[in-house]
Amino acid sequence: MHSLRQNKLLAFALAFVVVQVVLALAAPWLGFQDPFRQIMSQRIKAPNEVNWLGTDQLGRDVLARIVWGARTSLFSTATAVSLALLAGGTIGLLAAYYRGWFDRIVMRTMDVLFAFPILLLAIGVISVLGPNAWSAAIAIAIVYTPIFARLLRGPALVLCEAEYVLGARAVGASDLRIIGSHILPNLVSVILVQTSILLSAAILVEASLSFLGLGAQPPTPSLGLMLSEGRNFLLLSPWPAVFAGIAILLLSFGFNLLGDALRDTLDPRLRDAEAVAQ
Amino acid sequence: MFDHAPSQKTLVEVDGLKLYFPITAGLFRRRVGDVKAVDGVSFNIYQGETLGLVGESGCGKSTCGRALLRLYNVTDGSIRIGGVDIARLSADALRRMRPTMQMVFQDPQASLNPRMTVAGIIGEPLDEHTTLSRAEKLARIYELMDAVGLSRDFANRYPHAFSGGQRQRIGIARALALNPRFIVCDEPIAALDVSIQAQVVNLLEELQDRLGLTYLFISHDLSMVRHIADRVAVMYLGKIVELATREALYERPMHPYTQALLSAVPEPDPVHEASRRRIILTGDVPSPANPPQGCNFCTRCPKVMDICRRVEPASRELEPGRFVACHLYETATTAGATAAENGSGKTRLSTNNPTTQQGV
Repeated sequence: MHSLRQNKLLAFALAFVVVQVVLALAAPWLGFQDPFRQIMSQRIKAPNEVNWLGTDQLGRDVLARIVWGARTSLFSTATAVSLALLAGGTIGLLAAYYRGWFDRIVMRTMDVLFAFPILLLAIGVISVLGPNAWSAAIAIAIVYTPIFARLLRGPALVLCEAEYVLGARAVGASDLRIIGSHILPNLVSVILVQTSILLSAAILVEASLSFLGLGAQPPTPSLGLMLSEGRNFLLLSPWPAVFAGIAILLLSFGFNLLGDALRDTLDPRLRDAEAVAQ
Repeated sequence: MFDHAPSQKTLVEVDGLKLYFPITAGLFRRRVGDVKAVDGVSFNIYQGETLGLVGESGCGKSTCGRALLRLYNVTDGSIRIGGVDIARLSADALRRMRPTMQMVFQDPQASLNPRMTVAGIIGEPLDEHTTLSRAEKLARIYELMDAVGLSRDFANRYPHAFSGGQRQRIGIARALALNPRFIVCDEPIAALDVSIQAQVVNLLEELQDRLGLTYLFISHDLSMVRHIADRVAVMYLGKIVELATREALYERPMHPYTQALLSAVPEPDPVHEASRRRIILTGDVPSPANPPQGCNFCTRCPKVMDICRRVEPASRELEPGRFVACHLYETATTAGATAAENGSGKTRLSTNNPTTQQGV
C-alpha cells in the first residue's frame, strides 16, 4: 500500500517538474509572444486578454519573459548541478576508494570551500569571471562540488568495505571496475535524490545571483532579473515581480518535491519502516 | 576428507605473517599504537588438503585468511603460494596471480552485489582475466552453475531472490570460475541454517575431490572443522597456539587453550555428557591493541606459571607435524605427563556430528 501512495506523490512531482521543464525548453515553438519585443504604448499593464500576465516597464509580455526566463534558469542550473555532480562525485568516490593522503588533502580542500557562505563564494567566483549566465553556472558548480563530494564519500566509504567489494578485489577486478560496477550503481538512489534537491536549491541561488545583477544580463529574460527590475515599479504594477517570484517558487518547489518523493520511494529503510507499520 | 589423502607437496607457505592495523590520533594522524590482528603466524598448507583455522570471534582468523590473499597489505612476513611471495608482489603482478587463489566469504548476503545478476557475479572474474566471447563466457557460467548445483534458469536473477544456501553456492561458483588451486573459505557456513550447512560443506568436499582444491577453512564451529579438515590450527589473539593433525588435536589437545575450547563442545552421548568436564575460562580476551606480556593466554590460562607472564613461548614441534606454543612442554618429561593426563578421555568429543554448531 505504501508504494501506491508514494507512487502517487512521485508521479505528481514528476508531472509537475516535467510540465515546467517542457514548457521552458519548448518555449520558442509554443507560440508565446516575442519576449524581446518592446511595445512602448503597452508598458506596465495589468493582466489582460492579450498579455495574460501583463507587461513590464518596457512593454514586453510577462508570460513570455517568464517562460523564457525559466529556460535560462534551467539551462544554467542544470549545467551547474551536472558539473558539480561530475566533479564532486568523482572527488568523493576517489577519496573514499583511495583514502590516505589523497582523501585528506582533497576533503580538507572541500571543507574550505564548504565553509564559505554560498552567495559570498558565488559572488567571488563571478567577480573573477565577469557577470553572465555561464559564470553564474560555474559559480554554482563550484559552490555545490563540495556538497556532492561529501555526500557521496560517506556511503562510498561504507560500500568500499562491503564484502562484495572485497570479493571483487579477490577475483582481481580493476579499480575502475570496482568503482564503476560495484560502488557507483549502489549510489544511484543517493545521487538521484540529491541532484533533484540541489537543483531546487540551485534555482534559488541562480535567481539570487541574477537579482544582484551577477547572472544573465539584460535583455536576456531571467527570473531573478525580472524580480529585480519589477521591484522598481512595485507600486505602479506589481505583476512582473509577483509572477516572476511565483515562477521561481514553482520551479524550486517542483524539484524539491521530486527529491522528497524519490527519497521516500528509493530509501529501503523508509520502505521497510512503512511496511512494518502496516 | 576421510577418503582424501593429501600429498605432502606444500602449496602455501606462511612465515612470520604479521598484520597490524595502526591506531592513529590527532591532527597529523600520529601512530599511537597497533591492533595486532595477526601477530607472527607461520604454517604450511599442503596441496590438496584442508587446513582448519579455528578460534574465538576477534582472534584474527578472518583477517589472517584475508591477508593470505592480500586483501589487506601485510605488515611483515611472507606468504608463498606456489612458490611466489604474494606479500611482496606489485599490484599488477598480484592481479595476475588472483586466478590461482580465491575466497568464499562468510555472509553470502553481503558478499554478492545486490545490483548484479547471478551471471554477472559469476562472470566477473572471467571478464577480468579471460578474453572469452559472450557465448563462451555464458557456457562457462552455466558449467559453473551446474557444478555448484544451481539451476541455469537462475542466471538472470538477482541475489535477493535466493536463499542463504543458494547464495553461498553463487559465491562458490564465483570462486571457482578461474580454476583456482587454493581457496580460503572464511566461515562459509556460519551464516547458514544448520540444515543447509551440511549441504554446503558436502559441496565443498565434493569440489575438492573433483578439482584437487586446497582449502584454508576458517570456522569457529569445532565439529564442522573436525569433519572437513585434515589438519587444524588453533588461533588465539593473533597467534597460532597449536597446529596438529585433526585426529591428534581432537583426541589429545595439548595447549590449555585448545583443551578449554574443545571441552566446550557438547557430547551427544548422555553418558559421556554427564561425565564431561568443562574447562571454564574466566575473564575476557585481552585487547589485541594491548596484548599481555609473555604468553598471550596467560591472563586466562588455568595452568599459568610464572614464566608465562614474562616470556613469550615459541611454537615448537613436539611431535612430527604437531606444533604447540606453550611453556608447559618446555621439557620432554613434562610434555609426556601432561599429554597423558589430557588423553584420559574426559574431554572426548562427538566423532561425527557435522550439524551441531558450536559457537565458542
